[in-house]
Amino acid sequence: MNPLMLLEMAAAGFGERVAVQNGPDRLTYAELFAAAGEARRQIEASGAAHVGVLDVNSLAVPVGLFAAAWAGRPFVPLNYRLTADEVDALVARIAPAFLVAEPERVERLAAVAGTRAVARDRFLAALAGAGAAEPDWPADPDAVAVLLFTSGTTGAPKAAVLRNRHLVSYILGSVEFGAAGEDEAALVSVPPYHVAAMAAILSCVYSGRRIVQLASFAPESWVETARAERVTHAFVVPTMLGRIVDALEATGERLPCLRALSYGGGKMPLPVIERAMRLLPGVAFTNAYGLTETSSTISLLGPDDHRSAAESGDPAVRRRLASVGRALPGVEIEVRDEDGKAVARGAPGEIHVRGEQVSGEYQGRGTALGQGGWFPTRDGGFLDEEGYLFVTGRIDDVIVRGGENLSPGEIEDALHEHPGVADCAVVGVPDEQWGEAVAAVIVPREGRQPAPEELREWVRARLRSSRVPERIEFREALPYNETGKLLRRKVRAELAGAA
Amino acid sequence: MPALKPGTRLRSAVCPTEVMIVAAPKSDMTVTCGGVAMAALDAAPATGGAPHPDHAAGTLLGKRYVNEAGDLELLCTKPGQGSLACDGKPLTVKGAKPLPSSD
Repeated sequence: MNPLMLLEMAAAGFGERVAVQNGPDRLTYAELFAAAGEARRQIEASGAAHVGVLDVNSLAVPVGLFAAAWAGRPFVPLNYRLTADEVDALVARIAPAFLVAEPERVERLAAVAGTRAVARDRFLAALAGAGAAEPDWPADPDAVAVLLFTSGTTGAPKAAVLRNRHLVSYILGSVEFGAAGEDEAALVSVPPYHVAAMAAILSCVYSGRRIVQLASFAPESWVETARAERVTHAFVVPTMLGRIVDALEATGERLPCLRALSYGGGKMPLPVIERAMRLLPGVAFTNAYGLTETSSTISLLGPDDHRSAAESGDPAVRRRLASVGRALPGVEIEVRDEDGKAVARGAPGEIHVRGEQVSGEYQGRGTALGQGGWFPTRDGGFLDEEGYLFVTGRIDDVIVRGGENLSPGEIEDALHEHPGVADCAVVGVPDEQWGEAVAAVIVPREGRQPAPEELREWVRARLRSSRVPERIEFREALPYNETGKLLRRKVRAELAGAA
Repeated sequence: MPALKPGTRLRSAVCPTEVMIVAAPKSDMTVTCGGVAMAALDAAPATGGAPHPDHAAGTLLGKRYVNEAGDLELLCTKPGQGSLACDGKPLTVKGAKPLPSSD
């Protein structure tokens, strides 16, 4: 079991179709397969134990992924936004390594002991015209396919381990071979070090959907590339969708070729998805929930769910627009209390997940899987009567006020609905009387900053009084990491400093 | 024939067909292609023979094949002229259950 089998099948089934393109550069499935076989020789000759890529989205990413699988080495996409010192520290952890990088990075990387660094363009040029190699890759299902350093929103980066069997199971469980029409194209704009980028490569290759790479995300170039390349499918994180909708409204572009837009990787504010659905009525929206440790998506809110929720008069159905849908076939989801016991439908707890695609493993720390193979996600949430999963936020972000557990997400949802709120973050701050107090940081809409008392009234009218923010501050923007995760640690630190 | 467990790959003894086991029951079964027991992928390739006329409907790349009980599932990773069967009963193509694209 090796992800290369998926590419081998694509090369045999529709080898002349374009697999991936980046600006004017493109590779067919047959060319991608041949390039991976050729690059494998360079990796083996280097004596490397890992294959790293330190690059924006480029053809080197899919080539590197499959070449690493061919050589039986883990593939490690590194975060190109890190400082040079941070990159050095990660590279030292994967040395001896074969690294493909942006040209300006090569000299410094080559100086790290045990690395061989090649500039992306040189790497790709050396593979041009390669013929197909014999399919002699190792088939070990337990071999490590990909190592992903987590974003490090809390402390030093951990390396999540995804093995061949996790990734192949995910693809076989969620994609049909060759199911994409010849005109289908997926715009990939999440950075290569995000699990969604790895999943996108494998899903697109197996379904036969052409990948259109965007080097890095900017709303204007996303819209322009989607239009020019007649993109039919795309995945975005919530912050990207908000900015895309702004750009569409500003330009009047409506992307007539776009059929399906999936989103995930963070909580989607209800007003953003509602705006997007109004603006793009012909587009099928899908909310995908998953974690790095679960090989991407484990539950889906599909296009039909979106439509029926948006049109329903039943509040229980309507609120499903804020859910992450139901578990994929082959994936089980359970919500448990602090003692590890499954709770009743509707009751809150920690989300646990089980399935062939679930890894739950970090390098050097062993497995986080519990009895029976269940992975505790550290995400809080609940299941409704029909099995729709609602994610309320990270358990570690829960505010404990006077012995009551409050979910920041619930309070943020209420605040987001206020017309004067463009964005907001709710965190716990130390409080002598209650242990923790609720603090809200508000980014007001231009020219309509609401009074703090008005916002308190707004929350009080919707939630219990313990959830009303004691402290409200206004800011021009909130701190996010580059893949759209709100950095609550920074919000808390800043509030503590300002107090 | 090697043990049937998920991830194991088999090749036909009488045509180019190759499959990967996606799901398999615990009990012993004999999977055939072209009417002849399949071998491990790394076994020596077939040198002669042809699919039995009763087992010659062929296999299709990327299709999933299941038995009647639904507990055996094979993925065709290379097509050929033989058709698949398990303990003498033909396997059938499993209908695709399309999921919306999520990445």
